[in-house]
Amino acid sequence: MSITKDEVIHVAKLARLKFTDEELEKYSHQLDNIIKYVDKLNELNTDDVEPTAHIVPISNVFREDEVVPSMDREKILMNAKEKEDGCFKVPKIIE
Amino acid sequence: MELHELKIHELHDLLKNKEVSAVDVTKAFLERIKEVEPQVDALISITEEYALKKAEEADKMIQDGNINDLTGIPVIIKDNMCTENIKTTCASKMLEDFVPPYNATVVEKLNNLGAVMVGKANLDEFAMGSSTENSAFKTTKNPWDLSRVPGGSSGGSAASVAADECAFSLGSDTGGSIRQPASLCGVVGMKPTYGLVSRYGLVAFASSLDQIGPITKDVTDCAIVLNAITGHDPKDSTSVDNVRKSDYKEFLKDEIKGMKIGYAKEFFRQGLDEGVKKSIENALKTFEELGAEIREISLKYMDYALAAYYIVASAEASSNLARYDGIRYGHAAEKYEDLIDMYMVSRSEGFGKEVKRRIMLGTYALSSGYYDAYYNKALKVRTLIKQDYEKAFQDVDVIVGPTSPTVAFKIGERVEDPLAMYLADVYTVPVNIAGLPGLSLPCGLSEGLPVGLQIVGKHFDEGTILNAAYAFEKACNFTAKPSFKGGAK
Amino acid sequence: MMNYEAVIGLEVHAELLTKTKIFCNCTTEFGGEPNTHVCPVCLGLPGTLPVLNKKVVEYAVKAGLALNCEISKFSKMDRKNYFYPDLPKAYQISQYDLPLCKNGYVEIETSDGVKKKIGLTRIHIEEDAGKLMHENVDGSLVDYNRTGVPLIEIVSEPDMRTPEEAYLYLTKLKSVLEYSEVSDCKMQEGSLRVDTNVSVRPAGSKEFGTKIELKNLNSFKAVQRALEYEIKRQIKLIENGEKVVQETRRWNEQKGITEAMRSKEEAHDYRYFPDPDLVPIIVSDEWKEEIRKSLPEMPEHKKERFVAQYGIPEYDASVITASKPLADFFEKCVLEYSSAKTVSNWIMGEMMRLLKETGKEVEEVLIKPHQMASLLNLIDNGTITGSIAKTVFEEMFATGKNPEEIVDEKGLKQLSNEDELRKIALKVIEDNPKSVEDYKNGKDKAIGFLVGQIMKATKGKANPQLANKILLEELSK
Repeated sequence: MSITKDEVIHVAKLARLKFTDEELEKYSHQLDNIIKYVDKLNELNTDDVEPTAHIVPISNVFREDEVVPSMDREKILMNAKEKEDGCFKVPKIIE
Repeated sequence: MELHELKIHELHDLLKNKEVSAVDVTKAFLERIKEVEPQVDALISITEEYALKKAEEADKMIQDGNINDLTGIPVIIKDNMCTENIKTTCASKMLEDFVPPYNATVVEKLNNLGAVMVGKANLDEFAMGSSTENSAFKTTKNPWDLSRVPGGSSGGSAASVAADECAFSLGSDTGGSIRQPASLCGVVGMKPTYGLVSRYGLVAFASSLDQIGPITKDVTDCAIVLNAITGHDPKDSTSVDNVRKSDYKEFLKDEIKGMKIGYAKEFFRQGLDEGVKKSIENALKTFEELGAEIREISLKYMDYALAAYYIVASAEASSNLARYDGIRYGHAAEKYEDLIDMYMVSRSEGFGKEVKRRIMLGTYALSSGYYDAYYNKALKVRTLIKQDYEKAFQDVDVIVGPTSPTVAFKIGERVEDPLAMYLADVYTVPVNIAGLPGLSLPCGLSEGLPVGLQIVGKHFDEGTILNAAYAFEKACNFTAKPSFKGGAK
Repeated sequence: MMNYEAVIGLEVHAELLTKTKIFCNCTTEFGGEPNTHVCPVCLGLPGTLPVLNKKVVEYAVKAGLALNCEISKFSKMDRKNYFYPDLPKAYQISQYDLPLCKNGYVEIETSDGVKKKIGLTRIHIEEDAGKLMHENVDGSLVDYNRTGVPLIEIVSEPDMRTPEEAYLYLTKLKSVLEYSEVSDCKMQEGSLRVDTNVSVRPAGSKEFGTKIELKNLNSFKAVQRALEYEIKRQIKLIENGEKVVQETRRWNEQKGITEAMRSKEEAHDYRYFPDPDLVPIIVSDEWKEEIRKSLPEMPEHKKERFVAQYGIPEYDASVITASKPLADFFEKCVLEYSSAKTVSNWIMGEMMRLLKETGKEVEEVLIKPHQMASLLNLIDNGTITGSIAKTVFEEMFATGKNPEEIVDEKGLKQLSNEDELRKIALKVIEDNPKSVEDYKNGKDKAIGFLVGQIMKATKGKANPQLANKILLEELSK
């Protein structure tokens, strides 16, 4: 399989990335090469193989339902560029 | 010998015997940093004031009789681990001004022991790369030859240890990012078993593969740092306790008679440098002379590990990096048309090329219609690789081989060819896929550049690796130091 | 004209009553200044990791058991990836293909007495997002207090055929969740949210029509009304030969119509994959049984038990058990007073009346069950009359005082002293010659009037039976 330029544009939108036409050309080409490389996985028959999502065989890791004081709002807002009235600020959204 | 040339355990002896103070030691390393940084460019931040303050606290601890192996020892932390109130950039424009309000668990641990952080190390942006050329701010140079790469992504961490800018550093390893730069820089680097070291505070790249580990000047120091950073963390659901709960220094024995050492025939492949091959063959001979038994094993899925890795790592990365939109922290676009455009501009301006490439690949691999063909397929191949190793470890105690197919390559040589760059990880990646521990230590020189030997062990069997490494290190007696070739000394 | 039937499904999100959020230890308390219930984890700062709150799993399993679901032995958390400012990690940790609970049901009874089982496809756990506020002119504001609050998502099978059934499903679901004590289900506070999807098809057809999703439903009644409107709208379209376009529509409460929403996004590709930061959840049989034991008795069961154990009519039982606090009050009272029917009558009568008048919730009522029992005993032993008791009850409701105190304070004791009554009776006879005349002439009804006069003279305290007896004695003299 290989990736078409249209697919690259679609994926870019899904990932919220923007490219110039020149970059799009270059990325399409590079991605195509990489995808052709990873296609070699299809040489392997994995019909009877279970996927491994977690390499450590642990389960049921939990914590107790005990309240711990939250972080100071000042610290929470510390790294935001746009803020107002104790909130983070984004472009106006019309719902 | 100068203070900055000493190892952790050597500095510890001086501090314990009160022959030097922690402040003296820190000042010496800060001096060294000033001296060599202009050539090496290993650091994004030098935390001088902070370090001196921490050194004073360390001296107080020592005075109170409260000294441990790392008290007063200068360390450099890779700049993708959160340090409270100290800029943590991940070498990305996206996080250029990011100041975390909390410490990573490993940083907290080192602080409690009295270690002294002197700086944050450069890396490939968001830990994606094998040469540190993907940093948005600077390219670190290999102290052995300043026209060459230090490896990556923990290139700054490895170079800073090789250049004596610290006594040890912490790196992170997702596909070889500790071991490969350690190999290229002639130092010791270890990736612990997945789950042994808390990832809390490590800016995530690929969650099921990332691990933090030590980069040190010798195997003894590596054991010391492992002691300090391992252990279950309730803040990390994937962290476990070492079932053995031991002091890793206990494994520093030079006796390895009867140890079964595996060497995979698949290691002899296209792309393996002749000089590297020779060094590895010599290393195997050394093991034999020490009384170990060399056995040939087969890791038949090794060649598929790289493909599986790139799918899994990129997929997880595409999700982990989706949070970077400039709203709560990070680079925020100034000109945009609407909400969606704001996301696109902030992210496109903030991320570098390699990061964008991997986000695209990862998004594609997870997208509707492709999940089974790519992501799920890669997870299945992961099972095969895991089983491959399990089978091999029935016959051997550790598996030994090259860390990197080549010695340090020239800066700029592979940057335009992502696939060529990815192939640098062919020996290290399968280890991450299987979650196994792996260590790299220098075993010789080729063309005047260090060659790294990789020792891989069973899950949670860091002890046997340390044993094999310690014995080898002693026998090999690698004492070469970088010469800063190509620069003023 | 063709007959059409509607096919309705409901998706309900309920906030769980845990003290802390699902993946961190921040409080889930409602309200609070913006961004004051936030920590690095729920803010999604780089490097942070989630750790699952055990109580969330317990409560979800509890709800699943109460709703007759199969509890999955093995389930996991997945990431649902999309971009929106109220989602700090740009993914929601939820459950995709292996939810905690599956294949449950809720029983409803329609107004024509038909009992029906509405299937539940699944229940899964997930984290809530933050809140966006759009009052500002130059931007929207984000408050992450709510990010990470634990939710269960309950998805029904498309088994409902009328808006009424949807309404009944929701009231039953709410009752079960309240009884299970896992959620307080307050739609006004946002702890319960409902989305619905509806399509129409020719009656008897097996194929499904185009499904429309409806949002912005703020009460159960609104759900019913919105469905009624939408079904009519779809049928009209089809009858006009037009196609129903698949879309999400918004219920406009003021206008009473559904409106197409601004097409703001293309269909989401959520790119679900197992969250690598969290490990699988295994609910062993032992754990499941432990949770099952902790389940309070469910409304259906309680109702049946009340009928069997206390012999009260089914209607009374269903009214009383619709609210758990009311059912508890009833039972505690019956422990101390033998006639369950009497208690039931008082609850259905005076209690419900006062609750309605004052707008109070059952939990706020000041009367304790043992006080109720005392009151009823006071009637039985003749201390007060039945009608006086109602006055006393009102006072108890308002003040929470003991009935004995109130009777004493207000001098409400029943007048049973024969001599006193005789005196009053004689006075009444004297004052009402015409009625006496009427009685002597055969009008038995006049006795009622005369007893009434005695009651009036004694301000209702006279023992009516005794007053009647004495009156008759005197009149026959």
